[in-house]
Amino acid sequence: MTTIVDLDGVSPVAEGRVVGPPPPADVLLDVRGLKTHFHVMDGTVAAVDGVDFQLRRGETLGLVGESGCGKSVTSLTIMRLIDIPPGEIVAGEIWFDGREILSLPMSDMRQIRGADMSMIFQEPMTSLNPVFTVGNQIAEAVKAHRQVSNKEAWNRAVEMLEAVGIPSPERRVKQYPHELSGGMRQRVMIAMALSCDPKLIIADEPTTALDVTIQAQILELIKSMQERTGAALLLITHDLAVVAETVQRMAVMYAGKIVETGTAEDVLLNPKHPYTQGLITSIPSNVARGQRLNVIRGTVPNPFRMPGGCRFQPRCPMAFEPCRDFDPPLRTTDPGRRAACWLHYPASERPTSRDVATSATPMQTERVAKQ
Amino acid sequence: MPPGTRHIFTQQPELPPSVLKFIVRRLILLVPILFGLSLFMVVFLHLLPGDPCGAILGEHSTAENLARCQHGLGLDKPLYQQYFEYMSGVFHGDFGVSATNKVSVATSFLTRFPATIELAVSAMIIAIGVGIPLGVAAAKRQYSLFDNFATVASLIGISIPIFFLGLLLQYVFGVWLHWLPTAGRYDLGAYSYDGAGTNFLLWESLVIDHDPAKFADVVRHLILPALALGTIPLAVVARITRSAVIEVLSEDYVRTARAKGLTSRRVDSRHVLRNAMLPIVTVIGLQTGLLLGGAVLTEQIFSWGGVGNWLFQAAVDKDFVVIQSGALILATIFVVVNLLVDISYAYLNPRIRYS
Ligand SMILES: Nc1ncnc2c1ncn2[C@@H]1O[C@H](COP(=O)(O)OP(=O)(O)OP(=O)(O)O)[C@@H](O)[C@H]1O
Ligand SMILES: [Mg+2]
Repeated sequence: MTTIVDLDGVSPVAEGRVVGPPPPADVLLDVRGLKTHFHVMDGTVAAVDGVDFQLRRGETLGLVGESGCGKSVTSLTIMRLIDIPPGEIVAGEIWFDGREILSLPMSDMRQIRGADMSMIFQEPMTSLNPVFTVGNQIAEAVKAHRQVSNKEAWNRAVEMLEAVGIPSPERRVKQYPHELSGGMRQRVMIAMALSCDPKLIIADEPTTALDVTIQAQILELIKSMQERTGAALLLITHDLAVVAETVQRMAVMYAGKIVETGTAEDVLLNPKHPYTQGLITSIPSNVARGQRLNVIRGTVPNPFRMPGGCRFQPRCPMAFEPCRDFDPPLRTTDPGRRAACWLHYPASERPTSRDVATSATPMQTERVAKQ
Repeated sequence: MPPGTRHIFTQQPELPPSVLKFIVRRLILLVPILFGLSLFMVVFLHLLPGDPCGAILGEHSTAENLARCQHGLGLDKPLYQQYFEYMSGVFHGDFGVSATNKVSVATSFLTRFPATIELAVSAMIIAIGVGIPLGVAAAKRQYSLFDNFATVASLIGISIPIFFLGLLLQYVFGVWLHWLPTAGRYDLGAYSYDGAGTNFLLWESLVIDHDPAKFADVVRHLILPALALGTIPLAVVARITRSAVIEVLSEDYVRTARAKGLTSRRVDSRHVLRNAMLPIVTVIGLQTGLLLGGAVLTEQIFSWGGVGNWLFQAAVDKDFVVIQSGALILATIFVVVNLLVDISYAYLNPRIRYS
């Protein structure tokens, strides 16, 4: 009709860039050194600034961190739903199902979106189009990826509504979003996301906007659907209790970077990074009655002016000499555990003030430390 | 809902059966509107200096023949009686007779309104056909050179005096380039219309007379006045489309649509435009309603025999009956057009309940 500009048409990365070797076949999603920045009026926001994590087929991973640390931008970059401009994918690779998707043409990416990877958003109230019936919207997703008739797509919509536990799906499928409650709408979003049997489900704070009473049900539903379909799940949340109940592994994010990864159990019971430790002790249930809530002192850094060195250093109770000038890369501390903190480097591998003279920028240090 | 009304809404069977009730309620609302308007018109017109007799008699008026004329038109009766008699006529479908040419208002209106409709609809087709794509394009390239250009062009379009634009178009395309005719609805030298038909000349020439040459002639006569009249609605539609599309583009459900793997084209035409249409439809309805009321300046400049010209002349002549009845008829049409807009709005937006 009146399409004039293809908003998605812009290639997110420079042409002819060299990517590394593909990950092993059992790794469904491999995010490497991802940096997504936004160029806005006041400058550049380094929303995602070096994110690394892997997700195996069928695995569940929780991505946690304070508001504004870049969780949503990470997931939208994986879906390639970042508007360019103002966004820019400055560096990194995203391997999904054996392909590096940042270099895919948009037409190929479109075939992956909604089919092989799909997303459940935070706001069920506004994420469904108010002028179309829910059945229409689910059927549209099916028709976008499968050669089926309208009738078959519609039947699939009914089937999916039933699968996500919506009573009398034949009636509900003909209703508009405004006729459904928030919890129902999120079920519809889940039905839509799963309608094409994705290999990866990204759920970005799927319960934050819902009533407390509904939250557990929706989480339970996501988990059971994930188990039933064998899809991998990337669950974004700032709620550690949700992580503990829902996922196998977790990654902790701070100011655009992953600072710690490991199994949910390990990370929660034995946090390595001082930021993770702060997060865990600030959960109210961990605080004895009468004791002051241990909130991490200081505030999240201004995204326009990230501190040099370790980004958490200005707030870190354990900061010491190298932290001020050098940003610690992720290091494998134990099998399956990684942390980005100089505390977990042997003294011989920590940079000293002498290195400052030779490598002025943290980026260079990062490269040095990797070798 | 009685049988026979349902078929209008077959595309959307979910529409509540209260549609008819809604329509009836809105039409009932017309009654106080029309009463108020007629009362206002009668009082207002009689407060103005002068009356139709002054215009009819002109320089020949003497105290004596003026009184005779006023008596003949019933203007010497008390105002409440004049109003009562006028309104009882209206209730019986009699909109009165022009004081100046003795032609019934209904007859004049029916011959002139088709000319106005053809002009207004053509102008709106231009406004919608150009304004919506322009607005969408500007929204999708917000703050680009193109967007800035479109913004400036719209502002000029909104603020340019219509008589200036009309004369400019006449000069450029008529006098200078000799491309298009500048006056009237058809070539008086080549064709004649007896006025027996509907006076929808597009329809008459193509469907009744099967005469493509005549039809082309009518179309050529329409172009310049439609352009002049369509410019303001075009600019308004482009502006409202731009802002509506920009707003909708940032909605979460647009992101959801893209996340489903739909093509950009489909996201735009289905998810974006459909929602952006809601404010656009309202504006289109208002503009159409205004244009149907007759475009005095455009009709004057292009010698267009529509209701604008007619009412303008009636105002000059202080032809009370024509002005009153014309206003009542046009107000009714305006309300009906807006009713149609509301119905289509509710059709586009399932969140609306008729109440
Ligand atoms: N389109 C954009 N333009 C400019 N800045 C943006 C844009 N999108 C995100 N940002 C910035 O990127 C940073 C990370 O935002 P993001 O939404 O990823 O945070 P989040 O971790 O998901 O937080 P929350 O828990 O509140 O959802 C924020 O500082 C935000 O202001
Ligand atoms: Mg977020």
